[in-house]
Amino acid sequence: MKMLSLKLLSKFILSGVVLAGVLATPVWAETPEEKGFAIAARADRSDNGFGDSVAGMEMVLKNAHGQETNRVMTNKILEVPDETLGDKSITVFNSPADIAGTALLSHAKILDPDDQWLYLPALKRIKRISSVNKSGPFVGSEFAFEDFTSLELGKYDYKFLREEACGDMTCDVVERYPKYEHSGYTKQISWIDQDVFQARKIEFYDRRGGLLKTLSFSEYKKYEGNIWRAHKLHMENAQNGKSTDLLYSDYKFKAGLDDNDFEKGVLTRVR
Amino acid sequence: MTTKIEKFAGDFANFIIRWRFVVIAFTLLLVFAGASGMPKLQFANNYRVFFSDQNPDLVAFEAFQNIYTKNDNVMFVVQPKTKDLFSGDVAGAIEFITKEAWQIPFATRVDSVTNFQYSWAEGDDLTVDDLIRNGPSLSKQELESKKKAAIAEPQLLGNMIARDAETTGINVTLQYPEKELTEVPEAVAKSRAIVVAAQEKYPDLHIALTGISMMNNAFMEAGMKDMQTLTPIMYLFLITVMIFTLRSFSATIATLFVIAFSAVAALGAGGYMGVQLTPISMMAPTIVLTLAIADSVHILISMIAGMRDGQDKITALKESIRINFVAVSITSLTTIIGFLTLNLLDTPPFHHLGNMTAVGIGAAWLYSLTFLPAVISFLPVKVKQGSKNRGITKFLTRYADFVVERQKPILVGSVVVALALIAMIPRIEINDQWVEYFDHSIQFRVDAEFGMDELTGVYLIEYSVESGEAGGISNPEYLTNLAKFTDWLRAQSEVEHVNSYTDIIQRLNKNMHGDDEGWYRLPEDRELAAQYLLLYEMSLPFGLDLNDRINIDKSATRISVTLGNYTTAEMRDFIVRTSEWLEGNTPQAMHATATGPTAMFAYVSFRNIKGMLQGNVIAIISIALIIMVAMRSVGIGALSLIPNAVPILMTFGVWGLISGNIGMASATVSAVALGIVVDDSVHFLSKYLRARREKGMDKAEAIKYAFETVGLALVITTIILTVGFLVMSLSTFQINEQLGLMTAVTMVIALIMDFTLLPALLLIGYKKKQDNKGVSHEDAIPEAAE
Repeated sequence: MKMLSLKLLSKFILSGVVLAGVLATPVWAETPEEKGFAIAARADRSDNGFGDSVAGMEMVLKNAHGQETNRVMTNKILEVPDETLGDKSITVFNSPADIAGTALLSHAKILDPDDQWLYLPALKRIKRISSVNKSGPFVGSEFAFEDFTSLELGKYDYKFLREEACGDMTCDVVERYPKYEHSGYTKQISWIDQDVFQARKIEFYDRRGGLLKTLSFSEYKKYEGNIWRAHKLHMENAQNGKSTDLLYSDYKFKAGLDDNDFEKGVLTRVR
Repeated sequence: MTTKIEKFAGDFANFIIRWRFVVIAFTLLLVFAGASGMPKLQFANNYRVFFSDQNPDLVAFEAFQNIYTKNDNVMFVVQPKTKDLFSGDVAGAIEFITKEAWQIPFATRVDSVTNFQYSWAEGDDLTVDDLIRNGPSLSKQELESKKKAAIAEPQLLGNMIARDAETTGINVTLQYPEKELTEVPEAVAKSRAIVVAAQEKYPDLHIALTGISMMNNAFMEAGMKDMQTLTPIMYLFLITVMIFTLRSFSATIATLFVIAFSAVAALGAGGYMGVQLTPISMMAPTIVLTLAIADSVHILISMIAGMRDGQDKITALKESIRINFVAVSITSLTTIIGFLTLNLLDTPPFHHLGNMTAVGIGAAWLYSLTFLPAVISFLPVKVKQGSKNRGITKFLTRYADFVVERQKPILVGSVVVALALIAMIPRIEINDQWVEYFDHSIQFRVDAEFGMDELTGVYLIEYSVESGEAGGISNPEYLTNLAKFTDWLRAQSEVEHVNSYTDIIQRLNKNMHGDDEGWYRLPEDRELAAQYLLLYEMSLPFGLDLNDRINIDKSATRISVTLGNYTTAEMRDFIVRTSEWLEGNTPQAMHATATGPTAMFAYVSFRNIKGMLQGNVIAIISIALIIMVAMRSVGIGALSLIPNAVPILMTFGVWGLISGNIGMASATVSAVALGIVVDDSVHFLSKYLRARREKGMDKAEAIKYAFETVGLALVITTIILTVGFLVMSLSTFQINEQLGLMTAVTMVIALIMDFTLLPALLLIGYKKKQDNKGVSHEDAIPEAAE
C-alpha cells in the first residue's frame, strides 16, 4: 500500500510538472502516458470545488426484445477534495415500490474496493456489501456502479491515443487501464472534448479486450462555477443488445451537505 | 404426339452433332459459370439453420433469448483420474480453466464450481464471493467444507457437479455477433487450445467439450468429413459401374464428365442461392452423381446396342437420342418435381438439398443430351458385334411367363405383403435427439455422451415464468408457486437438474438470518424479497449477474430444466405434462411454454411432416399428370401411382419393423424417393404401351415385351441407385444415414413391385387365349384403373 501511495505521489508530482510544462513551454516532450494523464486530470478537475450535489436519477432499461422498464433514484454526492480519497455518495431508490427507501452509501476508494452499505427498509437494517468485485450490473441495468459515479483519477493508468472530431467539437482520445485487479474491464477508451474538458463517450472493453459497451454523454448543462453535467448517459451493450439510459434532473449544488450526511447512520433516515 | 416429339428429338440430335464444337464450348462456359458460384459456399455452424424464420418454435425462442440472454455455450466436462474434485490441485485446475475460458472469443460469462457466487453471513453482513478462491492454498478442512457447501447447493449439484461429486463442468456462455461464419470455429479452436493447455499442466484430468457451440461446430465437421470420404467412394463406385455396363473407356470418361459437371452445377447453384452448407445439403452432389449417371447410361447403352446391330457410331448416337429423349426428359422432370417439393418443409437445409439436387438433375439432363453426344462423336467407341447378355434376357423372358401364369397369386401375395408392411408404420417413433445426429467418429458425440454419463444431461428445456406484474417475482404468492413448480419438476423421472430463482432467494433469506438453516425458506414479505435481491445483485461481480435469469422489469424468471438422455417422444410427453401441471396448479400468468433448442428439435419433425404431406400430394398429382400426358392414357397414369406410392409406404413399414426410430429424415424420404421410383415404372409402362399400341400385342405379350426390353435396364439402374443411396447412408450424420438407407430400401421394394404388383395389376381382367390382335386404342386402358 505504501509503495502504491508513493508511486501515486510521484505521479502527481510528475503530472504537476507536466501541467506546468504544458502551460509554460509548449515544446515540452510528453510521453503518451503523461499526456493521457494530463488530459484525464484536466477533465477530472474541471468541476473541482463543486462541493456537493443533489440530483434526481432515472434509469430506463431496454432489452433486445424491445421491453422497457425504469428505476427512479435520488443521488447525493459529496466532493472529497483530497485526490487520494474518493468522493462519497448516497443513492436512494424511489421506485419500484418494493425497493423504495432502499439507500446505498458509497465511500469510493482509489485502489481498494469501495466501502458500500445498503439500508434495507423492510429489514430495518444496514448491510455492508462486502465483495471484492462490485462491477456487476447496477439494478439489472447495463451500468456498473463504477460507470456512473465520478471518475477517480487515481483508479487508472492513462495513455493518450489521438485527437479526433466528436460531434462539432474536437476530442482527445485517451485510453485508460484499471489498476484494481478485480475490475470487470481490461481497458476503457474515453473521448474528452477540448472545449470544456468533459467526457463525451467511453468505450468499455472486457477481459478478452473485446468491446463490451459504449457510454455516450449528452445534454450537457453548465451550472454555477463552470460546472458541467451531462443529463443523459446512454449505455449500449455491444454484446447482448440491451441498453440503459440514465437521465439526471433537478441538479442542485452546494446544498450544504457534509461528512455527517454520508455516515452509515443517516441511511435509515434519508428517505 | 410421340412421333412429333421423336421427330423433334431426331432434328435435335442432328443439330447437336452438327454444332458439336459450339455445344462443347457452350457447355464448358456453363460449367465455369456454375463453378464460379462454388466459392460462395460456406458451411453453416448454427443449429438455427434447421429452423425457418417462420418456425414458431424458433420465433418464441429468439424472443426468450432477447429477454434473457443467448444460450450458446461451451461446456468443459472435467473429471480427475483421482475422482476427487475437492483437492487443492484439481480446484486449481478448475480455476485455471475458468480464468482461461474468459479468453474464448465471444465469451460473456463463465460459470464454474470455483467462481460460483456463494453467499454467507459474516456477523450481520452478507458476504458474496467465489466459492473457491486460490484452491491450492486451502487446507484439507477448508476444502472439505467447500465440498459440503457445493454439494448442498441445488444450483450446483446435478449441474456443475455430478451427483457422485467426481466430475464437474465449466460452462461458458457465448454471445456471437452472428456476422461471420468463422465465429463458432474460432471459439471452438480456442476452447480446444485451453483443453490442451490444461491437460499439459494437469495431466491427470480427462476433459470433454460439449454444449451448443460444440454441436454447431460438429455440423460443419460432419459435413466436411462426409465430403472427404463419401465423394471418393461414390466416384469409385460409379466408375466401376460404368466400366461394367458400358465396357468402353471413352464412354466412361464422357459420362464421368457429365456427372461431375452436373455436381458442379448443383454446388454452384447452391452458392448463387446463398446456401449455407449443412451435412444435409452436402448430400446434393452425392445424390446428383447417382441420378445423373442414369441419363448418360441410358443413351450410351442404346447407342452401343445400335452399334452392335451394325450401325455406325454417329447414326447409332442420333438414333439413341431420338428414342431416349422423351424417357430421359420425363424421368428427369419427375425427379426434379420430387426434390422441389422439399421446399414445403420447414427446415431450410432440406430446401437447399432439394433445390441444389433439382439444378443438378436439370444439368445432367441437359449435358446428357448435348455435351455427351457432342463429345462421344469425337471419341473412339469400339463394340464387339452381337455380344448380348442372352442369359439374363432369357431369364427375364421366363420370368415374364411366370408372372402371366401366376398373375392371381402374385397379385394377392404382393398386396398382402404390402398391407402387412404398411401396418407396421405406426411402430415408428419420431426421434430427434440431436446428440445422436452424429456418429461416434465425430468427437462431439463421444464428448457429449461422456458428459451425459458422468455429469449431467445436455437436453435443456427452458421456461420464462411470468408473474404478470413488474417486480412480481418478489411477490410471495409467485415465489410459492414457483417453488412448488420447481419441486414438482425435480420429482419427475426425466429431470436431472432444475435451475430456479427460488433456490437463490431461499439461500439469501438464510444468509440474512445468520445462516440459520431454519430460515432456508421463501421470504414472506414482498419488500423483503425485493430488497434481498437488490442487495445480492449489488454484490455480484462482472459477468456473473442475474440478468440471464431475471427479466429487466423483474416480472419473470427463467427456469432451466436439464433432462436426461430421453427420446424426443418422451421429452414431448414431459413438455405436455409440465404444461398441464402449470395449468392445473398456478395462476394464468405463470402458464409458461417450453422453449430452447431441445424443445425446438422435439417438434421439428412434426412441422416438417406437415410440409411433407402437402409436398407429397403435389408431387403425386403432378407426376400422375405428367405420366398421363406422356403416355396419353389417364388409366395408366392413375395406375402408375400404385407401384410408386406403395413402395414408400412399405419402406416405412420395414423401418417400423427393424428400427422404429427415425428423425428429421422421415419427412424427406417420400419426396426424394417418389420422383426416382417413378422412373422405373415409366420405362416399363412406356414399353408396355408401345407393344400394345404399335405392335398390337395382347396384355401378356406386352408385359413379356416390356420385361425383355427394359427389365435388365431397370435392374441395373436400381442397383446403381441403391448402392448410391447406400453410400449416402455411410454419412456421419444420422439424418443422411436414415435418408440414404430408407431411399435404398425404397428402390429395391419399388423394383420388386414393378416386377410383381405392376404386371399383376396390368393383367387384371386378362383371360388366356383371348384374341387380342388389333386391339383398339381405348382397350389399352387397363380396367383396373377405371
